[in-house]
Parts: sequence; C-alpha cells; structure tokens
Amino acid sequence: MTTVPNLAPASAEILLLVLVSTILVADLYVDQARRFVTYYLSQGAVLLTVLALVVGHTNTVPVYTFTSMFVDDTLGRVLKVVVLLTVGVVFAYGREYCAQREILKGEFFTLILFATLGMMVLISANHFLTLYLGLELLALAQYALVALQRDSARATEAAMKYFVLGALASGLLLYGMSMIYGATGSLNLQQVASSLASGQVDHLVASVGVVFIVAGLAFKLGVVPFHMWIPDVYEGAPTAITLFIGSAPKIAAVAFFIRMLGEGLAPLAHDWQQMLVLLAVVSMALGNITAIAQTNLKRMLAYSTISHMGFTLLGILAATQQGYAAASFYISAYTLMGMGAFGVILLLSRSGFEAEQLADLKGLNKRSPWFALMMLLVMISMAGIPPSVGFFAKLSVLRAALDAGYLWLVVVAVLLSLIGAFYYLRVIKLMYMDEPEDTSPIGGDLDLRVLLSVNGLAVLVLGILPQSFLAVFNHAIVQSLR
Amino acid sequence: MTTTSFLSLSIWVPVIAGLLVLALGSGDRAPVARWLALIGAVAGFLVTVPLYTHFDPALATMQFSEFSPWIPAFHINYHLGIDGISLWFVLLNSFVTILVVVAAWEVVEDRPAQYLAAFLIMSGLINGVFAALDAILFYTFFEAMLIPMFIIIGIWGGPRRVYAALKFFLYTLLGSLLMLAAFIYLFLKAGNNFEIQAFHALHLPLQAQILVFLALFMSFAVKVPMWPVHTWLPDAHVEAPTGGSVVLAAITLKIGAYGFLRFNLPIAPDAAHYLSGFMITLSLVAVVYIGLVALVQADMKKLVAYSSISHMGFVTLGFFVFNPLGIEGGLLQMISHGFVSGAMFLCIGVLYDRMHSRRIADYGGVANTMPRFAAFFMLFAMANSGLPGTSGFIGEFLVTLGALQANFWYAFLAATTLIFGAAYTLWMYKRVVFGEVANASVQALSDINRREFALLAVLAAAVLAMGIYPKPFTDPMHASVNKLIQQTMLKKI
Repeated sequence: MTTVPNLAPASAEILLLVLVSTILVADLYVDQARRFVTYYLSQGAVLLTVLALVVGHTNTVPVYTFTSMFVDDTLGRVLKVVVLLTVGVVFAYGREYCAQREILKGEFFTLILFATLGMMVLISANHFLTLYLGLELLALAQYALVALQRDSARATEAAMKYFVLGALASGLLLYGMSMIYGATGSLNLQQVASSLASGQVDHLVASVGVVFIVAGLAFKLGVVPFHMWIPDVYEGAPTAITLFIGSAPKIAAVAFFIRMLGEGLAPLAHDWQQMLVLLAVVSMALGNITAIAQTNLKRMLAYSTISHMGFTLLGILAATQQGYAAASFYISAYTLMGMGAFGVILLLSRSGFEAEQLADLKGLNKRSPWFALMMLLVMISMAGIPPSVGFFAKLSVLRAALDAGYLWLVVVAVLLSLIGAFYYLRVIKLMYMDEPEDTSPIGGDLDLRVLLSVNGLAVLVLGILPQSFLAVFNHAIVQSLR
Repeated sequence: MTTTSFLSLSIWVPVIAGLLVLALGSGDRAPVARWLALIGAVAGFLVTVPLYTHFDPALATMQFSEFSPWIPAFHINYHLGIDGISLWFVLLNSFVTILVVVAAWEVVEDRPAQYLAAFLIMSGLINGVFAALDAILFYTFFEAMLIPMFIIIGIWGGPRRVYAALKFFLYTLLGSLLMLAAFIYLFLKAGNNFEIQAFHALHLPLQAQILVFLALFMSFAVKVPMWPVHTWLPDAHVEAPTGGSVVLAAITLKIGAYGFLRFNLPIAPDAAHYLSGFMITLSLVAVVYIGLVALVQADMKKLVAYSSISHMGFVTLGFFVFNPLGIEGGLLQMISHGFVSGAMFLCIGVLYDRMHSRRIADYGGVANTMPRFAAFFMLFAMANSGLPGTSGFIGEFLVTLGALQANFWYAFLAATTLIFGAAYTLWMYKRVVFGEVANASVQALSDINRREFALLAVLAAAVLAMGIYPKPFTDPMHASVNKLIQQTMLKKI
C-alpha cells in the first residue's frame, strides 16, 4: 500500500530545496562580474521561504507527517523564520567582504542555503533519524564553507579540525541514539518519551545513551569540554563564514536540544539536567575567563559565544516550558548581538586587511561615532546590561533556572557574567577612550551600513520593548510542547 | 493628587534633550550643543518643580503614580511614584544637572556635545532610579546610568581615567548583578510580581531575609560607598572631570543610601536588625578611619572624595539606629552633602581649570589673588566640616542625636567627625587659600568670572537656606519616614 504523505507541513522546506537547486543551476550561467544576480536570487529564496512559513499557517497544534518523522509546529516555524532572517543578514553582511577576497562564488550562497535547509529539517524533526539527517546536511555544508578560501592555510586547518571533531561528535550522537533505540525500541520522539515514562525500560542503557547524546549535542552547540573547535574555526574561517557559523546554526542546535531532551528524553530529565548543570557552569567559567586573555577579536567572540551557550543551557536545564522559551529567546537575542559584532568586523575589514585584532577597534568613536555607538549597544547587550535585549534574555533564563530551584547556579552564573562584562567593557574602552591607530575611512556598502544600523538599534529597541519578541517564544513553546 | 505625568517628564525630558544635543550639536557646533543642553537641563528642572509644589506632605503613600504594563510576559510594569524620601533626590538631581551643564560651559572643549548629552541622559536615568516602583524598572535605570558615567570618566577624565572607569563600572556591576538575583528570588516569592511594594509585604524567614539583605547590601554598599568597598570612589573622583565628580558625589552616592531605605529596611527588617551591629560598625569605621585617611591626602579631590565616604558613613549610621531622628538626619545629610560636595568639587574644578593641578602643595595664598572665590570656598569648607548655620550641621546633629538614643558610644564615635571633618577640610583650606602667595602661577590667577560666581552663589544660597531654616526640607519627609520606621519595626518572622 502506498499513500502519498501529507506534504503541506514540509512545504517551506520543499520550496527552499527547489529554489536552491534552481540557484545552483542558474549560477552556472553567471560570471563573476554578475555574481550579484546569485546574491539577489538567494535573498529572494530566503524571502520566499519566510513568506511560505508565515503565510497560510494557522494551525496552533503540531501537525505530523511522513509517518510522524516530521512535525510542523509554532516553535519550529518561529525558529525557522529567525534562522532564515539571520541567513538573509549573513548574505548582506558578507557580500562585499567575500567579493574582496574572491570567495563570492556560487558555492557561498548555495552551501549556506543547503545548510539552512538542514537547519529547517533539524528544527522540524520528530524522529532521531530526521534529526540526524538535518544535522549532517548542516554540518557537511559548514565544513565546506570553512574551507571556502582554498588558498588560506588557516582556513583549511580550521576546516580539517572542524570536520574531524564534527565527525566524532556525530558518531557519539548516533551511538547514543542506538542505545536509546535499544532501550525503548523506537526512534520516534513521542514513542521514546512514552516508553521511557512507562518505567519498563532498562534505566542503565537509557542513561548511557543520554550521556552520549548530550555529549554529541554539546559538541554541536560548542560548550565546554566539547568546545575546542570553536576558537579555531571562528578565527580561521573567513569572517563572513564565521558570522554564519556563529549565528543561525546555534539556533538550530538549541532547537535540537529542545526536541531531543525536552520532548524525546523528557522522562530522563533528572539524568541530563545534572550533566547540563556541569556543562553550563564550566562553559560560562572557561568562556568568560579565557576571553579576557584574547587579543584577537574573533577569538574573543568565540570564547564569548561559549559562555553564552552556557547561559542558554541554563534555560534548557530548567526542563520547563518557561525554560525552553527562555532558551529560544536567549539564543535568538544572542544571534542578533553576534551578528552585530561580526558585522562591525566586516565593516572595518577592507580588501587585503582583516580587522580582526582588538586593536583594530581603537578610536572607532573618532572614525565613526555612529558605528561605535552600534558596537557599544551590542557590547552592553552581550554583557547583559539594560536597556538591551541581552538583559532580558539573561533575565528570562535566570528566572527559569531559579524557578526550577537552581539558586546557587543562578548566583554562579551572575558572578561569571561579571567577569564577562570586563572584556565587553574593554571593547567599549578601546573604541571610546583610545586614539585610532588606523585612520582610513570606514568602508562598507550601503546594505551593510543600513542593516548594521538596524541591527544595532534592534538590540536597543528590543531591550526597551521586548514584550512582543518574548511573547512570540512563549506562545511558540506553549503551542508546541506538552 | 494630580494625574499629570510629571515623573515621566522628569525622566524623559533630559533624555530627549540629551539625544537632541547629540544629534544637533556634534562636530563644530559646540555653541548649539551648550545652549541646547542648558535649555534641556532647565526644562528638566522645571518639570520637577510641580513635584514639590503639588506634593502632599500628609500622605505616606506614593504620589504622582504612573502605571502601565511594560512587559506583561514578565509581569514588569512601568510604575513610577515618589514619596517624601525620593522626592528630594529627583529635585536635587535635576538641579545639579543645570550646574553641571553650566560648569562645563567653556571648560570642556573635547567633543562637548557628547559630554553634555551623556550628562543629560544620565540625569534622566537617575530620576528614573528614584521614581521607579518596579524592581526591574529600577534595575534598568540603575544599570543604564552606569554607561554614561563610564564614558564620562573614561573620555574626559584624568591620566588614569581608563583604569578608574573600568574599576567604577565593575565594582558597581558586581553588586547590581547580585541584586538582580535577589530581585528574581523576590519575584518568585511574591507570586510573579516585580512591584517593590509587593516585596515590602513579603514575609520571609530570617535566613532568606539575611541572604536578600546581603545581596542588596552588596549592590548598595558599593554605591554608597561603605568601607571596605569604597576603593573605587577616590579613583573615580580623581580621574573624573569636574562635572563627573559633582554628579558622582552629589547624586550617585545617594542612590546607594536610597536603596537601603527603599529595599533593605522594608523588605528585610528582621535581617536589618540582626545585622545592624555589622552595618553600624562599617559606618563608624567609615566615619572615623576614612576621616583620618582624608587628613593625609595630598590631592584636593581625593581629600573631598574621602570626606564623602566619611559623610556617607554618617548617613548609613543614621539609617541603622532605627529611629526617626537617625533616618531623617541621614536624609538631610544626604541632601546637604549633595550641595556641599558638589560645591567643593566645583571649587576644586575652578582651581584646576586655572592651574591644572589638584595638589595641595602647589597652592598657597590663593586668597590674595582670588578673594571672591576664597569667600565661597570658605563657606563650603565650613559646611563640609558641619558648622552650625550651614546645611552640613543639621544632618550630622540629628544623626548624632539618633545614635545617642541607641547607644552612647555610637554617638561618641560619630561625633569625632566634627573634629576630623573640621581638621581635614580646614587644614586643606588653610594650605590652599591662606598664607603668602606660594608661586608665580598662583600669583597669575584670576578671580572667578560671572559664570562661576553664579554657580557658586546658587549653591551657597542653598547651603545657607538649608542650614538656617530646614523645615521646608523636612516637612515632606515626616510621613514617609514614619511609615518606613513602622515597616522597619515590623517583625516578619
């Protein structure tokens, strides 16, 4: 008996796949001078997919398809829209930078779009294999993206490291999944959850499986002690690629955590909560402390990311709806800030010059008061100082963790974020209180300048009026998780 | 009670004026920036005047309340209101802002628009701190005002400005992050409610009260600052530009003390009693030890900075003897210190602008070349040492009386400040102002101009008015202070 599965819930993914494939072919007929055609086609694809997600979907309960391997729910849609918007911004920020470094090839666009497709599948996965499928599509595209600058030894080294460690993590993840399958006899998230909840499962096997799964997930998110690849990849990859790797995939990884732990392995919460507590604390500690010692801005942001991911875990380890909503909010807010920070690096870079040392920010206030202000907003937001979106992100995860009874953890998190404030302040100090070493005019095409201003102001505006942004995530979680 | 939103105006008029200064006065349009800033500061002060004239001193409740939901997802509201305690600080802050703008007039030449805008924005945010009745709103203003101050110290400060700015920021942030944790805890205990008044009504067990008290203490003690977390203040003061020092001393220190009254005492009264010995000890150490430290300073600004710490020790002493004399004395001391320390820093600024030195040893015989200045400086020095007839006396006297009711030795130790305060202030005054003209640069000094005269005259009038007839200052306080005493005396466990 063959029936055609209901394709409607996956319509956005199918649309994107068709569009990417079209772009892939169309790009063959575009020469380097007219690469902007590919750029606009890719932005169009992103925009159409966003429209497909936003328009015409009114269901407030999850809809399953492909024999329950795939789910279309509000959480998925919200996160996918955030991912797609991020990707659109990545294209806009990275275009000029890539053009100057001769890596503005068709691959730049198609690989990112395939990675995006992977993220969308991952976000909507309702089955271990779908999760893995999405994850690998994302990861393979990312490995290739890091190595896009073929003649750069640094980038190649970073790509190799990333690939080897990434493959190892995928192995761990698969091994953990197989243990869970052995214990429960299913790979479907709901069925796994219900058989775990029934108590008829060998707890030892299941918890060993959880350990491997958490380790694999932790690698993908980049938390200590599975963080080794982050600084190297961030530093080694071309900045436009770092911008991508540091933004959208983090959102997908958090979705992965929520699906896997919050839905599939929810009955084992007690086991994975303890692991996440440890991961969160060491990530916040190591990320914040090591960031202080960095002189390379990209490396500093890499360690800052690690600490932010530790903060995100605070929301997940609460294992409550509120916590998952807080984690999704945190990661989206973080993406906004991270894009702003990398956007400024891209703005300051020129052909033949990478503005990636902290010293390159010196005296930015004299060179461009406006973009210094944007960077200031991003930095205070990363430090979690109101009025900025970063403050409310921190507030929401701290509240969720405290509500779940982790008082000591909240105090530790708060103290560690004080250490974090130091290096964000140092950036502000460099921009405002030092004399510029480099007085060349600030470059950047119009897209970058306008979007970066919007990005910086969004950090402030969402910090003053976060209600709508917050409500989106709360609704999404309430409508998607039971 | 009126429904007009004077409180919102007092917050947002300066902020918007600051943004306008930034937008219209940048580059070489410094005169535009200055006049715009002055208009903004005066307008910001004028909108606070109705707060005093329409204030009903008989009521202990919050007046001029404004309420609207801000972030319903978190149960955070834009809730403003003032009582007889916070009223004064909103007025003082808006008043000092005008002085700061005028004081910077032709002195600040490096990016004046950014400088003035930072002060105006900070002024609005500080009004927000005093008017907020929602804990997160309070926290938002409390933190946001650090950023302008960080930039003010870091850009326009002295040689070690960056170090001072970072130290200032990190010290303050350490405290406030713990305060945030306490707020979230109270929020959950109060049934998802960030209202400060709901926190007041909470009945927590002693252990929880102590933890909350200490978390809040960390934040406010750094701000006051209390010994031993005071070390950022001398650095910040010495390195800050004159305006920055004035605002730091006159206003931001008051936020810490205000925090004790608004949060620690009513939320955790049992812990406050339990820890009162600790708090009084820290206060007395500040009064006596820091007073002695002030005596040996060679830098005028540092001397006044240490004297501020010593005076603020008096304030916290008054709060933790738990009687109306102590608390009202502490409040008066805060207002008076706002005028006097502001005036002292302006005086030092006047000298610094001419000589580019703050070392006492570089001066001597200033009275010969700047007689009018010397007269003003004399008055403020007297007020700083607590001479009867000046504002400095009232607060110190009341606090000493309050301390006497609690314990003779508290009062005894506190009263030593009258000796030490007079010693370090007047000795500095003597070395700087009296005697023979010390050197050629003192000989070349010109007396204060009309702008500086106006500044100092306004402050002199305030210091004398408060010293001679303090009733208008104390009247609005009584009801609120009595309510606070009731809350503090309430046993919650």
